[in-house]
Amino acid sequence: MESRPHDPRPPSADQPAKVIVRPGDRIFSGLAKSAGILIVVMIAAIGVFLLAQAVPSLIANKANFLFSREWVAGDPTNLSFGVLDLLLVTVFSSIFALIIAMPISLGIALFLTQYAPRRLARPFAYVIDLLAAVPSIIYGLWGAVVLAPTLEPVTGWLNSVFGWLFLFETGNVDRSIGQTIFTAGIVLAVMLLPIITAISREVFERTPTMQIEGALALGATRWEVVRTTVLPFGKAGYISASMLGLGRALGETIAVMIILATTSRTFGWSLFDGGDTIASKIARAAAEFNDPRSAGAYIAAGLVLFLLTFVVNAIARSFIVGKKEYE
Amino acid sequence: MTTTDLQRPATAPAFQHISSGRRAKNMTATVLVSAAFVIAVAPLVWLLWTVLEKGFTHVLTADWWQKSLAGLTGRQEGGGAYHAIYGTLVQGLICAVIAVPIAIMVAIYLVEYGRDSKLAKWITFTVDILSGVPSIVAALFIYALWVTTLGLPRSAFAVSLSLVLLMIPVVVRTTEELLKIVPDELREASYALGIPKWKTIVKIVVPTALSGIITGIMLAVARVMGETAPVLILVGYTQFINYDPFGGNMASLPLFMNSERLTTNEIGEARVWGAAVTLILIITVINLLATVISRLTAVKTK
Amino acid sequence: MAKRIDVKDLNLFYGKFHAVDGVTLSVPPRNVTAFIGPSGCGKSTVLRSLNRMHEVIPGARAEGEVLLDGEDIYASSVDPVSVRRTIGMVFQRPNPFPTMSIRDNVVAGLKLAGVRDKKKLDEVAERALRGANLWAEVKDRLNKPGGGLSGGQQQRLCIARAIAVQPDVLLMDEPCSALDPISTLAIEDLITELKKDYTIVIVTHNMQQAARVSDQTAFFNLLGVGQPGRLIEIDDTEKIFSNPTEKATEDYISGRFG
Repeated sequence: MESRPHDPRPPSADQPAKVIVRPGDRIFSGLAKSAGILIVVMIAAIGVFLLAQAVPSLIANKANFLFSREWVAGDPTNLSFGVLDLLLVTVFSSIFALIIAMPISLGIALFLTQYAPRRLARPFAYVIDLLAAVPSIIYGLWGAVVLAPTLEPVTGWLNSVFGWLFLFETGNVDRSIGQTIFTAGIVLAVMLLPIITAISREVFERTPTMQIEGALALGATRWEVVRTTVLPFGKAGYISASMLGLGRALGETIAVMIILATTSRTFGWSLFDGGDTIASKIARAAAEFNDPRSAGAYIAAGLVLFLLTFVVNAIARSFIVGKKEYE
Repeated sequence: MTTTDLQRPATAPAFQHISSGRRAKNMTATVLVSAAFVIAVAPLVWLLWTVLEKGFTHVLTADWWQKSLAGLTGRQEGGGAYHAIYGTLVQGLICAVIAVPIAIMVAIYLVEYGRDSKLAKWITFTVDILSGVPSIVAALFIYALWVTTLGLPRSAFAVSLSLVLLMIPVVVRTTEELLKIVPDELREASYALGIPKWKTIVKIVVPTALSGIITGIMLAVARVMGETAPVLILVGYTQFINYDPFGGNMASLPLFMNSERLTTNEIGEARVWGAAVTLILIITVINLLATVISRLTAVKTK
Repeated sequence: MAKRIDVKDLNLFYGKFHAVDGVTLSVPPRNVTAFIGPSGCGKSTVLRSLNRMHEVIPGARAEGEVLLDGEDIYASSVDPVSVRRTIGMVFQRPNPFPTMSIRDNVVAGLKLAGVRDKKKLDEVAERALRGANLWAEVKDRLNKPGGGLSGGQQQRLCIARAIAVQPDVLLMDEPCSALDPISTLAIEDLITELKKDYTIVIVTHNMQQAARVSDQTAFFNLLGVGQPGRLIEIDDTEKIFSNPTEKATEDYISGRFG
């Protein structure tokens, strides 16, 4: 910047001289700012409270919290709890659900954006969104009461033919009733479909028309257009959507709690196992919460779940952060 | 069109057929993606059918909507879900009353004031965290704060507070997106008339986005009303009607379902599915209302 | 009502970018002044600084003086909101408030400033719409949304909205650039009429328009990309278009560049 000797003010001043601000503006912007600060402080405070309550129980814990597979938290004078089994069931069932849901969601998102007739695309998308409107307790009831018995022949066949593989081994609960990770995972998968589909759809829709028309002009079939333009463009968004879905599955509570049968036996990597996820364990134990030490054990487990979902969501976001073309 | 061999031109056609391999792949892809859609719709139809078939007849009685289960055991027929319906509505309402103003002000800060400030980045980060928090963790948050730290009893109000945590990120996000698409030209037009910024926001910017904001809020309310984890942890179940959100146990439809499903006889089953139908009905009505309101409040051009 | 404007050594910035350098000019009352010049020369920026709309853009600031009848609108005791009430503005693209009816659009400035008297508002609406030559076209649908009007009507609605608050000065930022020729003509006629009551400054890309409607014309130019825009000369419109002092002005007017 050239120097201008006639200018009395320093040229570097970023702010002009004091600007008059009306009281109305000051109050209103103050309110907006306070609301923002409130939620930041709230999260921080709550995190601190949680930690403060988990710590005494963790100190009183006789077992190794991260590596023990037993959970005895009912007696505040004799706490012996470890989160490992819960964590494994949580991750195992969620990943199983994700493996089912990912390809189907991809198909739906492609169907809605590239294949469905224009006029029907919106109502069809609305139908998929309806899946997200159903409360999870109803999914849980449907899974336990209706779906589980229906799946029995399938699981029986899988167990008898592929029983040699750990996934289809006879599990630690009665497979014929169907209160297994297998059933829970399928129900979770259905619950994930609308989540993954909605975000993927949004990204696929933003594929630049230029690219699509370019491919069409070269004589590409519809599938070739999808493969060469839509999928490369939307890949990061789709993966991000799937990770967000995974985050949802990890934290799902009531549907899993209703479907899974509890068992005292440890988790053995079979889809026909029962047990508890972190979330369902906490929910089942709500009645035991009358003692702060017992509650602290569950709060510690809750913190693990919180960290897990936090990491998964952060990874999900990292796929789309800074992607200008998605905005 | 029909073409006989005689009419076919002698030279090669200008439009070559695509190879059968490519056609087969294209066909397979079409079939697969269509199948994916059908696979998703099947459980939805199945589930809704199950709920309606098992529960619809129970909600047709007047008692269902007007009576609680006061004094009835699991073996006695009759009674209704009035107490649970009340709980669901009042918990959702209290949650909305707290969450909506905070969320809208936060969105206003992010779009109109904060823009790229450091605080705005922190807030966005917090909202991101909140939006990923599982409902059971939100419930534990409030439990740790409300019950253990402050020493207050479990209550419907505590439930509402945890629902607030789940609702705020949804409403902030929706409102933020909608405020962002309000054209800057409108803000400038207002400033140029000598209207202060806060009035421009309240009278020009927010009204322009209002229709969408209302829809977003209603959908968020419908969503939190179906949450079960917070009610399990933060309030006890009762068969009686309790109007006081600050004290005592209070039923809600998810809690009602979770308690009655332990009554393993036909009467309990009927109540569970009846409550499921009721919950879906309430959610549907709110969704429909959202559509109607957004139509009514939508910016008109004619 | 109409007041004079004196700009003294005005420098305008967007963050670190020096957009306009040392503008000094005067606009007499009841007079139309046109700002012309190539794109990016800073003419719109100068216009927006005349009612402190410039600083609405984050990072934008102004140095120097803009005197309205001798009073500096950039003095530290002056509230930018009241400056904008006194100096109205019409924008490139018509921007009626979509949530309001035609009538409410016109009286928006008064209503939001707290005027409740329905009779008075109706009077003002009619006067402003007549002033903007729109009354005859909309008097039967005052309660319909403003978005339903044609582009030219919307722009006149915006002019009505601007004059409803009875400003001293009216700034127009390429008010016809989004309009068809017939609507443009209507707006130009309107400007000539409004001159009786207001001081008007208009930015335009269209030199014939400047020649048709303005009394004096200011030509802005920039020496190169990344350089600040400058005022090259300001003079009676007739003189600028027939016998400008500066070579650059002549080149621009005769279409040799820009």
